[in-house]
Amino acid sequence: MNFDDTPQEAEFRATARKWIAANAPKEFEEELSKSSLGRIRLAKHDMVDVGKAWQKKKADGGWACLHWPKEYGGRGATPIERVIWQQEEGVYGKLTQPFQIGEGMCGPTVMAWGSEDAKRRYLPKLASGEEIWCQLFSEPSAGSDVAGLRSRAEKKGDNWVVNGQKIWTSGAHYSDYGLLIVRTDPNVPKHKGLTMFFLDMKSPGVEVRPIKQANGMQEFNEVYFTDVVIPDSQRLGAVGEGWNVSLTTLMNERMSIGARLATGVPEMFEFCSNLMLEDGLAIDDRGVRSKLASWAVKSNGLKYTSYRAISALSKGERPGPENSIGKLVSGMMLQDIAAFAMDLQGAAGSLTGESEEEARGQFQQMLLSSPSMRIAGGTDEVLRNIIAERVLGLPGDIRVDKDVPFNKIPTKGR
Amino acid sequence: MNFDFSDDQKQMRDAARKFLTEQCPPKAVRAVLDGKAAYDKALWKGLAEMGFLGVAIPEQFGGAGAGHLELCVIAEEMGRAIAPVPFSSTVYLAAEALLIAGSDAQKQKWLPKIAAGEAIGTLALFEGAGNPSPKAIKLAASGGTLNGVKKPVPDGAIADFAVVAARTGSTGRESDISLFLVDLKAGGVEVKELTNVDLTRGQAELTFKNCKAEPLGAAGEGWGVITQVLDRAAVLLAFEQVGGADRALEMGRDYALDRVAFGRPIGSFQAIKHMLADMYVSATLARSNCYYGAWALSTNAGELPEAAAAARISATQAFQHCAKNNIQVHGGMGFTWEFDCHMYYRRANATALTLGSLSYWEDALIDRMRKKNAA
Repeated sequence: MNFDDTPQEAEFRATARKWIAANAPKEFEEELSKSSLGRIRLAKHDMVDVGKAWQKKKADGGWACLHWPKEYGGRGATPIERVIWQQEEGVYGKLTQPFQIGEGMCGPTVMAWGSEDAKRRYLPKLASGEEIWCQLFSEPSAGSDVAGLRSRAEKKGDNWVVNGQKIWTSGAHYSDYGLLIVRTDPNVPKHKGLTMFFLDMKSPGVEVRPIKQANGMQEFNEVYFTDVVIPDSQRLGAVGEGWNVSLTTLMNERMSIGARLATGVPEMFEFCSNLMLEDGLAIDDRGVRSKLASWAVKSNGLKYTSYRAISALSKGERPGPENSIGKLVSGMMLQDIAAFAMDLQGAAGSLTGESEEEARGQFQQMLLSSPSMRIAGGTDEVLRNIIAERVLGLPGDIRVDKDVPFNKIPTKGR
Repeated sequence: MNFDFSDDQKQMRDAARKFLTEQCPPKAVRAVLDGKAAYDKALWKGLAEMGFLGVAIPEQFGGAGAGHLELCVIAEEMGRAIAPVPFSSTVYLAAEALLIAGSDAQKQKWLPKIAAGEAIGTLALFEGAGNPSPKAIKLAASGGTLNGVKKPVPDGAIADFAVVAARTGSTGRESDISLFLVDLKAGGVEVKELTNVDLTRGQAELTFKNCKAEPLGAAGEGWGVITQVLDRAAVLLAFEQVGGADRALEMGRDYALDRVAFGRPIGSFQAIKHMLADMYVSATLARSNCYYGAWALSTNAGELPEAAAAARISATQAFQHCAKNNIQVHGGMGFTWEFDCHMYYRRANATALTLGSLSYWEDALIDRMRKKNAA
């Protein structure tokens, strides 16, 4: 056991480090370092603009979408080189947030199912951040059960005409293209009547409306489609094969190894080290120490689980299924930590102002945002099902709508 | 980065699993559980023959001279099989104390016997309720004789020798504590067997009356050695706990696939699936913390105290969680003597306390993290 790079890995790391030192936007380093828990704050600049500039610079230097083939804007790097790059990119990696859905989900789907022309036209600009992509899967009545979606596309000549509504679309308001799954045949069972497309988000009939979330912020959108025309050449996979195509996307969603999930533990440790209670520092309190220790070992456990995956990649092996636990553990932990940090502040714990002396209101924001961590990208319950079925080999749930034509499935519980 | 065991170490794990599957089936564990024997002597002999007892003992002292990573993979298998033998007391506590503090003569006297399965050792630390603390040690040493009572002492009733923590001063500092080596068969020690929740492992009360003892390590340095021994043992025992947790998870999973209720396998109900998924999460977090502990132990890294505490906490929680919910998945059958679930439940809850309780290690972890942050 060791934590050392192989000679090739060390050489790659040195090259990456040198390039980053010479090219990274250092003027944002401090603000990015202070942006904790996934929330990026740049006082005087738009985060998407700064992100685009950094992404383009990386693409020009051959450091964008490292694991993609060169002809599609990547570097042809190995999985372990991609991990090393992420480690070296450090705080600047936070600037890649607007591109993550494109890079992690839409790009791989186009790569697997698109025509050669489509790949050469779209992937390099996706990699360089010049064009941002979003993913249009969830609908108001199709969340965890995404195959129950109702947006429809009808064939008219060489085109398709789309009507319907998508929801929870991150970044739709600044995206150039979208990956869209719709129903093309309501007369067959739900998984069999779906087809995948990509479309220009500026097409006539596309309307993006921000969603005001429970935490008061607006990060997600609803997207409405009214007679939106999509050429058949923008179809990915065969008609009716959309579910299979979507699996490529969703598999990639859960494959991001080495991506560090915020747990709130370092923030909480610092907070408890400084907070004075009636009898002394919070960190000297027995009850506080017990909770902190449990959270710390969970957080360490996630870190070392990712090290095990990185080790597998380094040997050219496929990582085991253990990485599937990351979001499940960190989401719940964030919520618990936020609530406990507020509890320690007593009545003042409910105050949310950034000028509040206790930890700048960060735990209050964390509490209000944390429910989404347990829902987005697979709810805790979906993730537990995945672990139970794919890792432990337990049977799938009984699906009463599996063989029923979609238009015969009941839509109300009572 | 190579944060994994080597192929040779994995082969050793496979060999240990094969050996224990054959030599330590539940039936063998039950012989001790039902009180037919104090421990499984045939298994103990077999472990010696396989070279497992001395795997981390240097060759000059009769061991295999492999290392602690090899011992970790064997520990995991011992925990999986809930082997009813004094492995942890002899190998993690007594042998490690000798390796850290023993003179050449002391090592030469006891380590080859440990490796050969001819001597059982233990650490006599506790004196009644409470966690490891120099303040709690009242047993007095003067002029090479010991007077006082130790309990609980793991495997104390079957041990041939004990490393005993004794008070040699009264300044109220750690330097009041020194270690002694006692041949338990040489007289001067009254042994009383105690019952405990884990019926497959023994606990005892040892009463020392003008008992002859030789110093182990320098006078006044006993507490430092104890701390090191406990850290090493914490990592090794954590591997046992992870092995036990994994096995309890497997038992629950297998039963959920097999048992049918309401016309379907109970493993198809989300209530059961989610319980098992959560057990998998606990066991996985614990395993990863243990790997870090193994790295720190095998390289004698400065991170060992923090890594050991983290591994201990994570593995204690995982084994307790998996053993408890394994019974829940089994329903009523899980609460019968006939099913093996209770053996894991017993072992999980006894092991959780052996080296000091969860809250003791939580305290230790926070202290150690603060020390690191301050540095």
